[in-house]
Amino acid sequence: MLEIKNLHVKLEEEDKAILKGVDLTVEAGKVHAIMGPNGSGKSTLAYVLAGREGYEVTDGSAKLEGAELLDMEPEERAAAGMFLAFQYPVEIPGVGNMTFLRTAVNAQRKARGEDEMSSGDFLKAIRAKAKDLKIDAEMLKRPVNVGFSGGEKKRNEILQMAMLEPRMCILDETDSGLDVDAMKLVADGVNALRSTGRGFLVITHYQRLLDHIKPDVVHIMSEGRIIKSGGPELALEVEQNGYADILAEVQA
Amino acid sequence: MSAQARAGTRAARFQAKLAATEAQLAGLELPASSGWLRRARENALLRLKAMGLPEKRDEYWRYTDPARLSGATVTPAKVFQITDESAVFDGIDRLKLVFVDGVFDAQASDVLALEGIEISRLADAGQRDIHWAQDLYGAIETEGQSPVARPMAVRNTALASDGVLIRVTGKPSKPVSIVYRRKSETADAVLHHVIRLEPGAEMTLLENGPVAARFSIDLEACIADGATLHHVRAQGRDHERSGITHLFARLGEKSVFKSFTMSANGAVLRNEAVIWLNGKGGSAHVAGAAMGDGAFHHDDTVFITHAAPDCESRQVFKKVLHNGAVSVFQGKILVKQIAQLTDGYQISQALLLGDNSQFLAKPELEIYADDVKCSHGSTSGELDPDQLFYLRSRGMPEAEAQGLLVLAFLAEAVDEIASEELAEEIRVRLAGWVNRHKA
Repeated sequence: MLEIKNLHVKLEEEDKAILKGVDLTVEAGKVHAIMGPNGSGKSTLAYVLAGREGYEVTDGSAKLEGAELLDMEPEERAAAGMFLAFQYPVEIPGVGNMTFLRTAVNAQRKARGEDEMSSGDFLKAIRAKAKDLKIDAEMLKRPVNVGFSGGEKKRNEILQMAMLEPRMCILDETDSGLDVDAMKLVADGVNALRSTGRGFLVITHYQRLLDHIKPDVVHIMSEGRIIKSGGPELALEVEQNGYADILAEVQA
Repeated sequence: MSAQARAGTRAARFQAKLAATEAQLAGLELPASSGWLRRARENALLRLKAMGLPEKRDEYWRYTDPARLSGATVTPAKVFQITDESAVFDGIDRLKLVFVDGVFDAQASDVLALEGIEISRLADAGQRDIHWAQDLYGAIETEGQSPVARPMAVRNTALASDGVLIRVTGKPSKPVSIVYRRKSETADAVLHHVIRLEPGAEMTLLENGPVAARFSIDLEACIADGATLHHVRAQGRDHERSGITHLFARLGEKSVFKSFTMSANGAVLRNEAVIWLNGKGGSAHVAGAAMGDGAFHHDDTVFITHAAPDCESRQVFKKVLHNGAVSVFQGKILVKQIAQLTDGYQISQALLLGDNSQFLAKPELEIYADDVKCSHGSTSGELDPDQLFYLRSRGMPEAEAQGLLVLAFLAEAVDEIASEELAEEIRVRLAGWVNRHKA
C-alpha cells in the first residue's frame, strides 16, 4: 500500500535535516504505529507524505500503490487515497463544516472521474457517520473547527476520514488532548474503518491509544530514522521502560 | 515657518481653492426647476462656493484623489457588457425604478404604486408641495457637513437632476429597487434620493447597476421611531467608471438601519456613509464587500455618531485586492457624552492577493461617554497557508480552495444582510467574481 524508501527530508528554509533515511512499508489491511521521542521526525513524516510546503525531499521515494506521492500536489495525493488526520486541525471561519465536507468529497470524486454525490446521498451518509462519532447537527453547521473543543476537532477529523474513504490513513497524534472517553470514541471510529483494502499509520507518543487501536506492527523512530520495528509488545516495552533502553540497545 | 506664516499660507491656499471652485462652477447652469427645489439647489451652490471643492491636499481626501470625481470634465468610461450572469436582484419580487445614464426611464420602470409608500420623481417635484421632502432635501446632508465638510455631497444637492422621493407609511410587501443602467461613455449622472420612514414603517431598498461613466448619488434617509430601513446595494462591474455616493441616515428611537454594499471593479469609487443615532435604542449597521483586480481604487468612508444612549452600531468592511488594486477605509465612531451604554463595533480587513495591492485604513474612535463598549480592528494579509493546505489535503484543487477561503473572508460582511434571500443573491455574485478572478 504505502512504500517509503530511504526518505531524506530537510527544512526548506534552513539547512537542517529532519528525516535521514526512513524505510517503511505499510501493507493493505494493516495498522502500523510509529512511536518515538519528541523531535524524532514523526510529524514531519506525516506532513511530507501529505504534501505540506516548507520541506525539501533530498533523497528517497514514497509510493502509494506504486504511484510516487512526492511528485503530486496535496489534492492529487488526497484523490489517490491519502488522508492525514491532523495533530492540530485548522480552524476555517466562514466555511461551514458541511459545505467543506461536501466540496472535498466531490472534488475527490471529480479528480477520479466519478460523478458528484447527490446532496440527498451526501446528507444521508454524513448523518449516519456523524451519529456514530456523536457529532450533532449543530457541529456540522458550524464553521470548520471554529469553537470546537480538542475532542470535537479530533472527532471531526475522523468524520472527514469516514466520508472521504481513503486507502491510506495517517493519524498524527490523534490522541493528544483527548480524555479517555473521547479517545475511545475516536478509536472506535478508526476501528470501524479498518478493512482489508486500507492501511493505517498511527503516530503516537503513548501506548494508551494502541490499547484501543491494536497495531500489527510498531516502529520506533529516533533522529529521523526507524531504529527498531516489532510487534505490539514493543509499544508495551516503551510504556514500561521509556525510550532510553531501546536507544542504548540500538547504539550499542 | 512661524505659526503666523503657516496660518497665512493656509488662508492663501483656501482662497485659491475657493477661486478654483468659483472658476469651475462659473458657467454652470443648475438643472431647470422651480419652487422649493430651486431654492434648495441655489442654497447648496452658495454653500459649495463657500467651502470649495475637495482637493487631494484635504485631510479627508488624503488617500483618494477627488480630481476625477469633482473635475469639470468626465473621463470617458467604456460600457461593460455583462453576458455571463443575469442582472443582480432579477429573481427578486420588487418594485423597479429604472434610471438610464442618470435619467428616469418610466417605460422600463414599474408603475410607481405600492401599498404603504408614496413615490415621486425628483425631476418634477419642484412645483409640487411635497412638504416632507421639502423639509429633508439637502437638510440631512447639511447636518452631515459638520464636523467634516463633504463638499461632494453639497455639489450633488445643487446639481442633482433626478432621483426619487419615497415616503414609507407602512410595511410595503416588496422591496423598492432602483436599477441604474448606462449606455453612454461620457454621461455624468447626479442623482439625489430622499426617503422618509414614518414611525413603525419598514422597507427594503435595493440599488444595483453601474449608473454612468461618472456618477454622484446622495441618499438622505430619515428613519423615525421604531422604523426599519434595509438597504442592499450592488454597484455593478464596470471597470472604468468613477463615482461617489453619500448615504446620510438619521435614526430615531428604536429604529434600525442596515446597509450593505457590494462593489466590484471601478476606476475610482468612494462610498461615504454618515449616520446619526439620535434616539434611544437605535441600531445602525453598515457593511461592505469590495473586490478589485488591477486598476481599482475603492474608498469606504464612514462616520457614525452616537447621540443617544443604548444604541448599537457596526461597521464591517472586507476588501479583496488583486494585482495592484487599492482600497481605503476611513471609519469613525463618535460617542457623545449623553450616549451611555453605547455598543460600537468596527472592523476593516483586506485580503491582499498579489504583491502591489494596497489597503489604507484609518479607523477612529472618539468617545465622550464613560460607560460604553467600543471595539475596532483593522488587518491586511494574505490567505492563510495552513488553511489552504488543510483544504488541499482534503482533495480541493488549489484554485477552488483559494476561492472558498476568499468567500469565507467576505462572509462576515455578507452576514450583515438581514434577508437570507438577498444575502444568498449577493453570495452568488461574489462567488462569480471570485471564480473569474483567481489569485
